[in-house]
Amino acid sequence: MTVVDWSRWQFALTAIYHWLFVPLTLGLSVIVAVMESLYLKTKSEKWLAATKFWMTLFGINFAIGVATGIILEFEFGTNWSNYSWFVGDIFGAPLAIEGLVAFFMEATFVAVMFFGWGKVSPRFHLASTWLTSLGASISALWILVANAWMQYPVGMEFDPAQMRNVMDNFWALFSGVAVNKFFHAVFSGWTLSGVFVIGVSSWFLLKRRNEPFAIRSIKVGGWVGLIGMLLTMWTGDGSAVEVTKCQPMKLAAMEGLYKGHEAQSIVAMGIVNPDKTWDNDEDEYLFDISIPYGLSILAKHDPNAFVPGIADIVNGFSINENGDTVNTVGYAERIRLGKLSHEALRRYDIARAQHDEKAMAEAENDLRQYYPYFGYGYFDSVEEAIPPVGVTFYSFRVMVVLGSYFLLYLIVALFAVYRKDWLQRNKWMQLIAIASVPFMWICSEAGWMVAEVGRQPWTVQDLLPTKAAISEISSASVITTFWLFAAIFTILLVAEVSIMLRQIDKRSKHNLEIDNAH
Amino acid sequence: MTLEYLQNYWWLLISVLGGILVFLLFVQGGQSMLFGLSSRSRRELVVNSMGRKWELTFTTLVTFGGAFFASFPLFYSTSFGGAYWLWTLILFSFIVQAVSYEYRNKAGNIYGTGTYDAFLFINGCVGCILLGVAVSMFFFGAEFTVKRGNLLDAGNPVISQWASTHGFEAIFNWKNLILGVAVLFLARMQACLYMMNNISGDDQFFNILKNRALINGGIFVVFFLWFLAMLCTATGYTATTNPDLTVSVAETPYKYFFNFVNLWWAGATLLAGVVLVLFGLGKSCFSRHFTKGIWFTGIGTFFAVVSLFWVAGYGDTPFYPSLLDPESSLTIRNASSSEFTLTAMSYVSIVIPFVLAYIAYVWHSMDKTKLTSREMETTSHKY
Repeated sequence: MTVVDWSRWQFALTAIYHWLFVPLTLGLSVIVAVMESLYLKTKSEKWLAATKFWMTLFGINFAIGVATGIILEFEFGTNWSNYSWFVGDIFGAPLAIEGLVAFFMEATFVAVMFFGWGKVSPRFHLASTWLTSLGASISALWILVANAWMQYPVGMEFDPAQMRNVMDNFWALFSGVAVNKFFHAVFSGWTLSGVFVIGVSSWFLLKRRNEPFAIRSIKVGGWVGLIGMLLTMWTGDGSAVEVTKCQPMKLAAMEGLYKGHEAQSIVAMGIVNPDKTWDNDEDEYLFDISIPYGLSILAKHDPNAFVPGIADIVNGFSINENGDTVNTVGYAERIRLGKLSHEALRRYDIARAQHDEKAMAEAENDLRQYYPYFGYGYFDSVEEAIPPVGVTFYSFRVMVVLGSYFLLYLIVALFAVYRKDWLQRNKWMQLIAIASVPFMWICSEAGWMVAEVGRQPWTVQDLLPTKAAISEISSASVITTFWLFAAIFTILLVAEVSIMLRQIDKRSKHNLEIDNAH
Repeated sequence: MTLEYLQNYWWLLISVLGGILVFLLFVQGGQSMLFGLSSRSRRELVVNSMGRKWELTFTTLVTFGGAFFASFPLFYSTSFGGAYWLWTLILFSFIVQAVSYEYRNKAGNIYGTGTYDAFLFINGCVGCILLGVAVSMFFFGAEFTVKRGNLLDAGNPVISQWASTHGFEAIFNWKNLILGVAVLFLARMQACLYMMNNISGDDQFFNILKNRALINGGIFVVFFLWFLAMLCTATGYTATTNPDLTVSVAETPYKYFFNFVNLWWAGATLLAGVVLVLFGLGKSCFSRHFTKGIWFTGIGTFFAVVSLFWVAGYGDTPFYPSLLDPESSLTIRNASSSEFTLTAMSYVSIVIPFVLAYIAYVWHSMDKTKLTSREMETTSHKY
């Protein structure tokens, strides 16, 4: 593997680990804040005990989330230094704002959350809990705005003198892609946390410990989870429409679709044919069960709409930003135009060194014409511009199938918890709730796999492929740090899970005493 | 606002964040002293005193990086991608710190309290020294070249090239290590002064901290003066950034000394910083029970650090000199973001006073009741 591959693996590793903890932080902070609000309203020690219990788990998770997060920001510099210059003028701003606006809010008020009991007023403490939660969401906003910009780069123009992109519209960063991505990610965190709370609480029920506490927690967790799930599905639908418009190749890869049609069906279950390429006649799937009209509805909210496949897009049929099917530039031509844009930039650079303004103007004129295909100039074949289909296809199905399952799960859990003793009596429900918890993480990670693998080979869509975004470091260095991070994150994850389990066991007994006392 | 004004403004903000970061390194200083405490209860006090502020240091470091990325992306690209091992080791030390407070005393932490305390110790020492090394490179340079045209080299499209040792050469450069050691002992001194302010009810420990502040402060002063002497006698570059963003560089003997003289406000700020640090240290160590020393040394540290950033970046000085190709040196003119981005970010920077205000308010609210051994026994959440 090359240094590009290792850098990608390292970024994937650190991002996957980070995302194990972030969604729980996003959702659990809301659940804790709701519980503390109920405590302040009712003055019931039961809600205080619940608040402190879940806050403890929040703290354990929060610490490792912070630990795994710091490396991600700096990896843009350490491993993707070319990227940092090429688009740093745009991409750096959200990261700085994230630190300034969100991280300080989290860092300041999380200390009050944990250590402020008795030192500040109850209202100030509650405000701190909500502000910690708000800080986490604002943090997510800015990093997801940054991520969305990589997938749909807008609000900038290329400056040939500096050989980089510069921002010309800050508000363009808040595109439909960004808005949907933010809400989709944050609400999926609510869902994950709801499932986590229900799972842990079900373990209490299974052990016949602390049952009133568990029921109370399931009610709060269930509602937060269900609201999160519904909003996740809504914004997921929005994301699909945005992907169709802005990254049609990603949509085609998600579906494993090579030749699109009007009234395009969607594969509910299937196995993609690994021998299928964009230019051969093999079948797309070895096996598939499809839902008629499904992809057309998902992509364009129109059952009869045309959805292009990979081969269509490579040959020039695509969807523009307004959602209209258009005959655009084929990939072979894009590669040629991309190389022309490189050549124009090279001419511009020489002319600039020679202070030849006429030649500069001519070169810049050519560059502007070809710049939309700049990134394709780094490719030598069409195949390089097609994302890995298998991983994208299967990840998408894992996310959707598990997401659908959790919608049903949350509805059933809420239905059950409001029926007297239903959850307590049905052991099988408790076991399902506990067993479901890890699947929620798989669902959440699968979503990111779709987003990030599906956008390959681009770091910045159409402008900068991963192989041109790299730092000039040796493979040996990156291999070493890859294993270093893999080892330390695994060591810390094992500790985190172990501490969580012990805390759940230990603290549940403590809460039981409080419940009995009241 | 002109581009030049914005570049100056953002270098000022970078220097402010740098100053705050070095002040907050007292957390790392406290961690570096963990294994020198014989009493377990005092170690718990130190951990819990530092532990309530660790997030602020951590966040300031992250924001410092983010602000550099937003305002001077060529530095971010060149330094982080080049000095790969220096930055990776710094980050690694902060990764292990972030979990250690929360996990060290929790049942089921698998590796035992000692392991997490060792993580804190590593972060305390390595973090301080390597951050000092990283800042020292602003003056003594690094081995890199920058060629934007490389972007079009399909075989190796990387604009910044660095020495093959990728940061190890900077770590083992004794000049850089002088500042690294100075930062470590400054942080340790500050930690003592902070705990003298933050912990109450243990007079014996107060006196121990007082002695340690004096010893660590003394070592800091020696190394800092050594660094300052090297800095003022060093030959630096005077850079002229041309309209096409190329840099013309002339070697200038005693460059930084003359920067302190010519940028008199930087020199005055450094002087004020040194006086405040010495006053805070002296008053704390030679009074019977003076607990406010941390504020004098803290503000003094802030002043000294911002003044160092000012002479590194202002006065036509490249803030990241290239030892391989002086023309590749980074200045606040050729490394900055565009006028549009700097303007947009300047509007965002209006929130800084509000952020500082709520941090100060929360700090005050949380610290008005001092930490005691009794609280360690009764609190529901401790590290």
